[in-house]
Amino acid sequence: MTDTVAQPGVADAKAAPDTMAWDSRLRRLMMIYLPLGCFVLILLFPFYWMAITSFKPNAELMNYREHNPFWISSPTLVHIKHLLFDTSYPRWLKTTMLVAIGSTTLSLVASTLAAYAIERLRFRGSPYVGLGIYLAYLVPPSILFIPLATVVVQFGLFDSPLALILVYPTFLVPFCTWLLIGYFKSIPYELEECALVDGATRLQILRRITLPLAVPGLISAGIFSFTLSWNEFIYALAFIQSGANKTVPVAILTELVTGDVYQWGALMAGSLLGSLPVAIFYSLFVDYYVSSLTGAVKE
Amino acid sequence: MSVTTLSSPALAQRQPNWLMRLFDYKPFLVVMCLAPALGLLAVFLTYPLGLGIWLAFTDTTIGRRGIYVGLENFQYLLTDPLWWNAVFYSVVYTAIATFGKFALGFWLALLLNNHFPFKSLLRAIILLPWIVPTVLSALAFWWIYDPQFSIISYLLVDVLHWRSSNIDFLGSPWPARFSLIAANIWRGIPFVAISLLAGLQTISPSLYEAAMLDGASAWQRFRYITFPMMMPILAIVMTFSIIFTFTDFQLVYAITRGGPGNSTHLLATLAFQRGIAGGELGEGAAIAVSMIPFLVFATLFSYFGLARRKWQQGEAND
Repeated sequence: MTDTVAQPGVADAKAAPDTMAWDSRLRRLMMIYLPLGCFVLILLFPFYWMAITSFKPNAELMNYREHNPFWISSPTLVHIKHLLFDTSYPRWLKTTMLVAIGSTTLSLVASTLAAYAIERLRFRGSPYVGLGIYLAYLVPPSILFIPLATVVVQFGLFDSPLALILVYPTFLVPFCTWLLIGYFKSIPYELEECALVDGATRLQILRRITLPLAVPGLISAGIFSFTLSWNEFIYALAFIQSGANKTVPVAILTELVTGDVYQWGALMAGSLLGSLPVAIFYSLFVDYYVSSLTGAVKE
Repeated sequence: MSVTTLSSPALAQRQPNWLMRLFDYKPFLVVMCLAPALGLLAVFLTYPLGLGIWLAFTDTTIGRRGIYVGLENFQYLLTDPLWWNAVFYSVVYTAIATFGKFALGFWLALLLNNHFPFKSLLRAIILLPWIVPTVLSALAFWWIYDPQFSIISYLLVDVLHWRSSNIDFLGSPWPARFSLIAANIWRGIPFVAISLLAGLQTISPSLYEAAMLDGASAWQRFRYITFPMMMPILAIVMTFSIIFTFTDFQLVYAITRGGPGNSTHLLATLAFQRGIAGGELGEGAAIAVSMIPFLVFATLFSYFGLARRKWQQGEAND
């Protein structure tokens, strides 16, 4: 017990003998733990507030004098029940899932092939193609949504989830391609050369050697694309008209916000349920998220 | 009978060979591999980008093909106080939010760079605001900013007794503007902090050891080691952050929809209001296109302004 407590102190002292004098426990508390605590409190509070509101009966929501607003005295599932059975929430959830999975699959296939061509097939001008794809990432959706709306209408895809599946790759492909180029770079080229000498075709190499080794990169790109397309808002708002085909973020804002009296309980329950899939997904793959986030920035 | 049994294996063998050889032919393979990605980007990104610029010079509305009207849309925008208002707020929003995000995010990254228990758990928790759909957390902020039942007002009035009346967060222009900026900063901190943390972890500890042997103070170590070493990554993250803050849409659309009295319109929300909701595609496209010069300027400024040190060093070293 004492050993384990003493260990970090010894390590610290070795790493930074100078800091021993002022790096007392109190100072550490004030300089690190207190601000960190404040950050975590502020960053998480809206979620806590969202969660607690979804389970509060309306009487408690609107009365802070008799009920402590930070706690629930009589939790209720009435808002969630209303959401699941009186609105088309399950339908929205299904559409969102379909769009997210469809666009993620499409982008993953397209960007794996593109990244392989740019990084491994090395043709003349491949760096420029890579740069062009990277520049595409810098074009924000806010500039594109008006002309894209007319394109979508031209293709007869207006009000169809297929439009979103086809449009989302515009911001997913650049990101995934750059992430995967980075991953392919880290795979030794000698492995592919060996396979070439053994008489494997390029496609066999991609399928049997490069892809299995790039699985962590594929997972990173996949979950990242899934999250981005789940969260996308402006295209879904502009291209989908009918209530049934809306995605969760759009539907909650446009279908649940009605009249002058906001149903905060139902709104927050919708937000909570809409956030849960990505939050659960995230908790399963935290390390991949962090690595893809930082990897994309470093590239 | 015997002919078919003879020829079918032979055919089966020749067919894949021919296909395989085609797929092993490098130029063909390159084209095949690039086609899906470049095709998608060309149809849904490059073409709309060009089309958007073209639309900005026409008077297209929903359901009617427009004709070329030259600079009329832009001339109209220059006389439109709402457009100037949106430009003003977009610049203010981007400047203050970027400053806030980077100041707080850098601080958080420095805090996370220390050793303490449950570090990876904490790092995971901190990314949550960035993972959750922006519109949904914006709704939570809307509820937090409620004029009657705001939890912040409750804390200030009933718990701390610092104020006598509730704060009207979204009812008047300046409070609404700052409320939106606060929500944007809240959402942006995790991304900045985690990206900068990755940069901090690449700085070699031996630099700090050498500086400490020379008697550098904590501030000097930050000023002369951490900060210059972080410049390149800071430049990239800031370029991204400025582009996506300036063109932000979701937060404003979810919380205020540009109100009260059009005071919180960003260029993107104004473009949506005119272009999609109002049906004036040409004018909406002109507003969207008017963002491009600001974006180019901001990108060049943040990228070259911050990365200057790096390429100066590079030139000197080479």
